[in-house]
Amino acid sequence: MDQGSAAGTGGTFISLSDTEQRCYSGLYALCQPDSSGKLAAGKVAELFRASQLPAETLHQVTEVCGAKRLGYFGCGQFYVALKLMAAAQAGLPVRLESVAGELPLPLFIGITNELEMRYPNHPSTNESQPHILGSLTGSAPRPPADRPVLRHPDTSTDKQEAWSPPRSPGISPPRSPSAYRSYPYGAQRNGTDTLLAYDGKVAGCPSVPQENSSPSHYSLKLQPEQPVITRVASVERLVERAEMDYSDDPWRITEEQHEYYTNQFRSLQPDLSALIMGTVAKNFFTKSKLPIPELSHIWELSDVDKDGALTFPEFCTAFHLIVARKNGYTLPETLPATLRPGFVEPGVVPAPPSEATEPLIVFDDNMMPGANQLEMGSVDLQMTSRPGVTSKQDTRDESRKPEFSPKRIPDPHEKPIQHVSTLKPDSPQELDANMKSRTRPRSYSSTSIDDAMKKVEEPPTPPPRPQKTHSRASSLDLNKLFQQSAQGSRPSQHSLSAKSGWLPRPPALPPRPPATQIFSFLPGSEKSSQKAVQQANFADFSKFREEQESSVRGGLSTEDLAPPKLDSTLRHQGHAPQKPVRRKLHPESQSATPPSAAPYSAATLTKSTQRPPPKQKREIQMAIRKNRETNAVLTRLNSELQQQLKVVHRERVTLESQLELLRPVAST
Amino acid sequence: FLICVAIRANYPLYIRSVPTQGELKFHYTVHTSLDVVEEKISGVGKALADQRELYLGLLYPTEDYKVYGYVTNSKVKFVIVVDSSNTSLRDNEIRSMFRKLHNSFTDVMCNPFYNPGDPIQSKAFDSIVSTMMVQAC
Repeated sequence: MDQGSAAGTGGTFISLSDTEQRCYSGLYALCQPDSSGKLAAGKVAELFRASQLPAETLHQVTEVCGAKRLGYFGCGQFYVALKLMAAAQAGLPVRLESVAGELPLPLFIGITNELEMRYPNHPSTNESQPHILGSLTGSAPRPPADRPVLRHPDTSTDKQEAWSPPRSPGISPPRSPSAYRSYPYGAQRNGTDTLLAYDGKVAGCPSVPQENSSPSHYSLKLQPEQPVITRVASVERLVERAEMDYSDDPWRITEEQHEYYTNQFRSLQPDLSALIMGTVAKNFFTKSKLPIPELSHIWELSDVDKDGALTFPEFCTAFHLIVARKNGYTLPETLPATLRPGFVEPGVVPAPPSEATEPLIVFDDNMMPGANQLEMGSVDLQMTSRPGVTSKQDTRDESRKPEFSPKRIPDPHEKPIQHVSTLKPDSPQELDANMKSRTRPRSYSSTSIDDAMKKVEEPPTPPPRPQKTHSRASSLDLNKLFQQSAQGSRPSQHSLSAKSGWLPRPPALPPRPPATQIFSFLPGSEKSSQKAVQQANFADFSKFREEQESSVRGGLSTEDLAPPKLDSTLRHQGHAPQKPVRRKLHPESQSATPPSAAPYSAATLTKSTQRPPPKQKREIQMAIRKNRETNAVLTRLNSELQQQLKVVHRERVTLESQLELLRPVAST
Repeated sequence: FLICVAIRANYPLYIRSVPTQGELKFHYTVHTSLDVVEEKISGVGKALADQRELYLGLLYPTEDYKVYGYVTNSKVKFVIVVDSSNTSLRDNEIRSMFRKLHNSFTDVMCNPFYNPGDPIQSKAFDSIVSTMMVQAC
């Protein structure tokens, strides 16, 4: 890498001292430049976070160095950024002017004490730089750059030289054994061992060439200890440390971040187990000045239960994504496993995260933790898959508890599980709208009981039906009915519907009568016309009747949706207990006038009531009335359905015929 | 080939076609099919969601493709145009495609950063449509 020109950015040339150059080159290498010299955004962001500068500052740094403009970190931008960070850490404002002067090297986390120690030495020695370099370039595959560092005059130069050759082979084997081996040494070096997080990261991604250089650096910085040990010890230390601020995964929420998110959540919604509504969250996140499409994407990623509101874990996820984005990370396409709201770290207290002692469990499965909120009795198949996943996740959480990985990040992700369950009662409300919208297309049947009930209130009044010779039919029906009715009041009604199917239909009925009018039917008035009509439809009815279930009074004509059908049912039901009376009323006028019917029905009623005890009869009749109502509704529904069925059949036939016609044409 | 469109108030919010050439023709087809959709939804007594409308030989016999329509409760129309040579697509499959579209669409709507009437830029929606179309073709 051309270090000389690397410091130029946007035309301004910023001079770097030797130490800075070396340091920066190491850092640059650490950030995994690709062939064109651009740095991996993830690594850069990690490094930036390691500097422990506030996000705002980092943002400024990114802007000033030109990376924001370019969209990536090239060598120049990176160098300038490092200088700016050094300036920021020294307390200077983040501006290009600040970096013009001589500045200490930027601090990266973990090194604070050491650098302070070394800072005074900085002008005199190159220790600090190699120190940083050592930690950073531990993962940097840049032996050439390291060599000059190696040769840096330092206290332990010879040691270092002596160490380097044996070190390389020594490093190749996995680091952990060496780590353990040198652990006791490491304990002694508390003050000086702190490695950059990157070293910890390096531990996570061992690569042989990198390791070669790092030990050398360590030797530089320290005293007569094996650099391996040093580095390893620092790694150990990092591992021990509960607050691991960087892990090798930028998508992990650290403790401090989590606390911050918790406070922010509280400012929006005091109850941690409740939801933040979409609009509230939108306003809040818009303040982050990210472009709306990105915010939209972040929302999509973080709202796993798709309810238009954010639970606390979802909020943390969203916030974390925003923070990451502002620090230059590109948004992932799918939610990383560590950010999933159901990501659980067992043993973590839901309260403000204390020092967690349990290690982090990396959960790779695809979870939809918020999905159980959707368990709202959804009829939809797709939705039911989610609750299934959630239950799986819960069981998995349990099974995961005994497994611990050595990494530890205190993340109260157990909260989400608890929250999820507590949110169940809340979510129904949020989800109602969605549920309706989602389940609605699923109910393919256009008619339902509800619809039928609505149709019950329709006030159509079809004209009276023509009366044909009714005597014979009526007598037949009557006979039948009479026989059936003899079996009992209510049961007979059902049996009637099941067997005879014919229920006399009142010709001209007033709009669907309420239950009270049921008994006002004039049994007799309808008869003639009813039977006539029925007879006309008899054939059809029988066909439909077979299709109907017993609950619906069969026998109603479905050809026309005339309300008389319904009324006839009602009347018909009214007939049963009044059978004996009907005959008397037969000669009555055929216009079914309720007033005229009323006295008769009353008479019939009274007659019928005389037999059983009056009280019981009243109760029975109430029940009968209700049954009649429901029957009426059901018959209406049935008729409507059958009408539609007919229409659909016709359409289908026509379409099929068209298809037939067109198919040979199309195939040619 | 297969084209999926989401239309709101006669303006397409989202158009996606598998073979990306000849899109203009499909745009036209979709536009004309809107008329039929309107006619259907203004029909009497029809329930909320028209699960399907079927066109056969809409324009010319040579240009055989079928147009399926679907309307949501908020009058957002989805149109799928498929090639008739794609006879493997059955009605149920089309229905399930519409269901998925509707689901993804509600997810997009839930996003508070999405203003109704904006073109749909959601990647999740895109991915669902892509998988669907790959499946179908």
